[in-house]
Formats: sequence, C-alpha cells, structure tokens
Amino acid sequence: MDKQRRNFLKIASVTALAGIGAPALIRLSSTAALASEHAAAANPVAKPAKGAHGEAASTGIRLGMVIDMRKFVDDPKLLDKAINACNLVHNIPQIDNRKSEIKWIWKAPFENVFPEQSQSHSAHNVENFPFAVLCNHCDDPPCVRACPTQATFKVKGNGIIAMDFHRCIGCRFCMAACPYGARSFNWEDPRPYIKKYNPDFPSRMRGVVEKCNFCGERLALGQEPACVEACKGTGALIFGDLNDARSEIRQVLDKEFTIQRNASLGTKPSVFYIV
Amino acid sequence: MIEKILRGKPAYWIWLAFLGSFIAIGAACYARQYLFGLGLTGMGRDVSWGLYISQFTFLVGVAAGGVMLVLPYYVHNFKVFGRITILGEFLAIAAIAMCMLFIMADLGQPLRALNCLLHPTPHSMLFWDMCVLVGYLSLNILCGWVILTAERKGVHPPKWIYFFVYLSIPFAFSIHTVTAMLYCGLPGRHFWLSAIIAPRFLASAFAAGPALIIIACLVLKRVANFDAGKEAMNKLVTIIMYAALLNTFFVLLEVFVGYYSNIPGHKHSLEYLFFGLEHHGHVYNNLVPFMWASVVFNFSALGLFSLPYVRQKNEFLLGLSCVMIFLALWIDKGLGFVFAGFVPSPLHEIVEYIPTLNELGISIGIWATGLFIITVLYKIVVGVEHEIES
Repeated sequence: MDKQRRNFLKIASVTALAGIGAPALIRLSSTAALASEHAAAANPVAKPAKGAHGEAASTGIRLGMVIDMRKFVDDPKLLDKAINACNLVHNIPQIDNRKSEIKWIWKAPFENVFPEQSQSHSAHNVENFPFAVLCNHCDDPPCVRACPTQATFKVKGNGIIAMDFHRCIGCRFCMAACPYGARSFNWEDPRPYIKKYNPDFPSRMRGVVEKCNFCGERLALGQEPACVEACKGTGALIFGDLNDARSEIRQVLDKEFTIQRNASLGTKPSVFYIV
Repeated sequence: MIEKILRGKPAYWIWLAFLGSFIAIGAACYARQYLFGLGLTGMGRDVSWGLYISQFTFLVGVAAGGVMLVLPYYVHNFKVFGRITILGEFLAIAAIAMCMLFIMADLGQPLRALNCLLHPTPHSMLFWDMCVLVGYLSLNILCGWVILTAERKGVHPPKWIYFFVYLSIPFAFSIHTVTAMLYCGLPGRHFWLSAIIAPRFLASAFAAGPALIIIACLVLKRVANFDAGKEAMNKLVTIIMYAALLNTFFVLLEVFVGYYSNIPGHKHSLEYLFFGLEHHGHVYNNLVPFMWASVVFNFSALGLFSLPYVRQKNEFLLGLSCVMIFLALWIDKGLGFVFAGFVPSPLHEIVEYIPTLNELGISIGIWATGLFIITVLYKIVVGVEHEIES
C-alpha cells in the first residue's frame, strides 16, 4: 500500500478521535455549567446567590411534602382528584397497558409502597386504603448519581429532582437506580394518548424518562403543585420548605409521627407519610 | 493486510453471506424499532432493561476474557500462546463492537448518544464504562495490528507497543469491573447490591472468553489449516476450569448469604431464578428451566474437562464442553443476572420479561455482526500465518 496514503489515514483517524473526545475533556476540565444552574436561575423560589466567589451558595430551601393518609381515608375520592389534576397539568398519557404506562403520582397498597415496613398485623386503614406514590425528591438521589448526561439533576435552591427531556438519551439507568419505582419511560410516542392537551407544559417525545417534578413550572409562577391545589382546604397534602422551621410543613412534622419510604437506603426522601 | 479478507474459498463467502442475511434481518428489525420506539421490545416500566443490556454485560466479559491470553504471553513469557494471543485481542475487538451496538440498540434516543461526551458526568458509572470500553477497544486495535504487521514482516514488534500491551491488561480487568459497578452500586436492588458481583463477573469472563477461543481454534483447524497447538489448548482448558470453578463458588456464596440470613430481599431473586417466586398465588418461574440448564451445562463441562481423554484426544468432546460452559455462563450472566435484578420491582410487584420477536431479531443481528467481524479479523490472522509459513 502507498506509504503516504497510509500515513494520511493514520493521522486522519487520530485527529477524528481527538475531535470527538475533545468536548468531553474541555467540559471536565472547566467548571461544569450544569443545567440545574439554568433551572435555578429561572426559578423564583431560589433566593439570589450569597456566595462571594462566584459559586452560588446553597440557599437551603428544600421542598418536601407530607401526605396525611387519614384525610384520604376520610374522603376516598380526594386522591383521585389529586392524581387527575396532575395528569391534566402535565399532559400525562393515559396508556392502558401496564408495560408502557406513565405515572407521576398514583395509588398503590401500603405493602407495595412500604415493602420494608409491611407486617403481619396492620391496622384496618393501612390494609384497605391505597396510598399515594410519587417521586421522593431525595436529598441524596441515586438517579442523579446514575444519569450519564445530567439530564436528571437536583435543582439548586429548592432541592427538586428535575428532568431535562431534551438531554435524556433514554438509557434508563435512572430507572434501575431509583429504589422507589418513581420513574416512567416513554416506550412509544405518548402524544396520541394525551386526552386533553395543556399548552402550558410540554408533552414528551418517545425514548425519554419522566417523573413527578413537584410542579417546578407552577412554583415558578407562584402557584402550588397541582395535586396540592386539588386537595386545598383538606390538609391532606402539605407542601413547603423542610429547612424552614416556621413553615407549615415543619409544624406538621414537629407534631405528627411520620414515616418515609425505605429511609434506610440513605436517600433522604423529602416525602413524608402520616399513616 | 486488509486485502486478505477479499480472497477466500467459497465456504468463506457462503459463511459471510449467511451472517450477512442475519445482519440484514437485524437491521430491518432495528429500523422498525427506530421508527416506533422501544415499545416493540418486551421491556416495560418494571423490567426496564432486557436482552440488549444483558447481552452487553455478557459480551464485555467475552472481551475481557482475551486478557487470559495476553497476560500469560506478555507478562509470564508463556511462549505457547504466541500463535493465539492475537486471536484473543481480535476477539476483544469484535466483542466490544457488539457491546456498543447493543448499547445503541437499547437507547431510547440513540441520536443523542454523544450527550455522554458533551456533558461528561464522572459520578455516573456509565461514563466510566464508556471510557474504559473505548480505551480497551483502541488498545486492542492498536496492539493487534502493530504486532501482526511486525510478525508479517518477520521483525520484532517496536518497543513502544509493549507499553500499550501492558496497559491493556488493567483495562481488561477494568471494563468488567466497571460494568459490574453499573449494577452493584444501585440501592434498592438486592440481587445486584453485592460486592462479589465484580469478581464473579471477572471469573465468568475468564471462562467464557477462552472457551470461545478454543471453539474458534477448533474451527480454524478444520477449515483454515491453522493449528493453535495442543499445549496452548490444554493451558486454555486449565484456565477455563479454574475460572468456571471460581464463578461457581461465588454463585454458591450468594446462595448461602441469601438463604442462611433468611432476609427476604436477598432470597427473592434467587428463588425466582431457580425455583420460581410465589406472589399472590401465582408462581413466576419463566427463567427456571434456563437456570437449571445452566447448572447442568456448567457441571457437565467441568466434568468433561477434568478427563485427560477429552483434553488430549477427543476434539469433539473438547469443543462440546467449551460450547456447554459458554452457554452455561451466557445463561447465568447474559440472561439471569440482569432479568432477575428487576424481580421483584421496588414496589414489590412481579413482572416477567419475555423478549419480543423484533427484539430477538435485533439481538441476533448484532451477534451476527460480531461473528462477521471475528471471521474477517481471523481471516487476516490466518492469511498472515500462512504467508509466513510459505
């Protein structure tokens, strides 16, 4: 073979490899510009950065939720109302197929929601009424650790675990990592299954993962999460800053005995249940 | 050297055409999946990884298995592996090519795959897996090609290549260790959350890879007049036996921990794999026949390997044992390990995974692609060897 052509091919291939690898090296060696920073900037819940040296200091807000199951037992239709509100607001497709269904907040029996705490003799309410299940917005989320593209990330300034649907490559590592089964994948185009389209929130394309986002987009407008709003006045869902000792949610947590889903895993869930 | 792949006997072309037809089927199936989405597979919300990721996991092992030739030859100067070390390196190339194809087939948004480079994320094990796989692939292409070229010219390989040869050894171990870390670092998946996963992966890899190389050598001896040599084959069998025994030992340790501690979470997946898991009156057991077949293959192969007659005299039985051990480990890691990790789901529900025909078509297509690459690469090796001899 022609020696020059061979050398050219060698140099060309090495250059091509270097070209493909360069962005990664540049990104790694510079300060990471995370999507979470943009999200935090767009979110009025986040207070302005107080850090002196460019790095935004944590404002310490950590949003969480208390689910008072006693209220849902009193009014069995309330949970459906909350779920429907979420489905409508977030354009969640109603796929009638267990394999492909998309769920943000849904109902499941106690033994499924708390498998590590289910026991032989449970109270009547616990055995007979479905519990609300949603993303725990963990303080130390395994899904964020697993994601290879930072498409799922913790929003600086409010602790919400959010998704960038445009960055997600659909590897589903986060679904394997989540110990709470909170994540759904779009196994096919979800748009034909959306009953009533809400133009204020994007619908998703196939091939990406999604989950509850604590209504980050509504909080930005000063509204409550859709499920919380649907339960307004009942006290069934209490939403607020877990780090603010004067917040309503902290008053409730200080008073009532609550449980978290599988807290022993060290994920520090932000969703609490009053059974 | 590439010109060697363009000249061959009719059988060679028929074999390539045979593989090509499966590649075409795989491509057609992938086109369907690409247009519709991963809903065409048997995966779902509860079992979110299936055949693609399990094949990927197994094939990383096959790739790492090549180091069982490189290490004795280059580090311990074990001369009898001289002729076949290159087979190990080229096998690794084909195996990693398959791994990458399986990952691409598994992505929901394959066109965004390069986001992994655009947004590199060191806390994700997938990022490191990508790094070590690309590294190991490049090292094997480089070392294999340079050393084969030197061999053809009848000169010693250049000194600088040995740096990369030695570098490829830790890389081989790291590809399978990092692949194990994809699983064993996930909270809430009891079956995977075990420190023995990485050693177990390595042990089964060091049996599966060399088994495939013995099979390839036996085939090459018949069809291409390429003899690896009795002593080399014998040593490979020894390596396979030690590795397969270690793997068996590690699996039994998992069984002990699960059943003696009697913690339900540690037992569920094992129960599902070997006996069927009862849940709300229904017994889920679709992997049970496979797993017991794996056990039978594993011990039969070990038994046959231990007979001097099989190792020295009977090539058919030797090949059969290698096929059995390869199948046993393929079932163990390429099916059971990944699927059982999702049973039960985090919400303690059980969904059994059954791949669809389309999914099988894609998987067979990718395996055929791998075999195609191996065939072509081994054709070069055999061509060069014959050129030197003549």
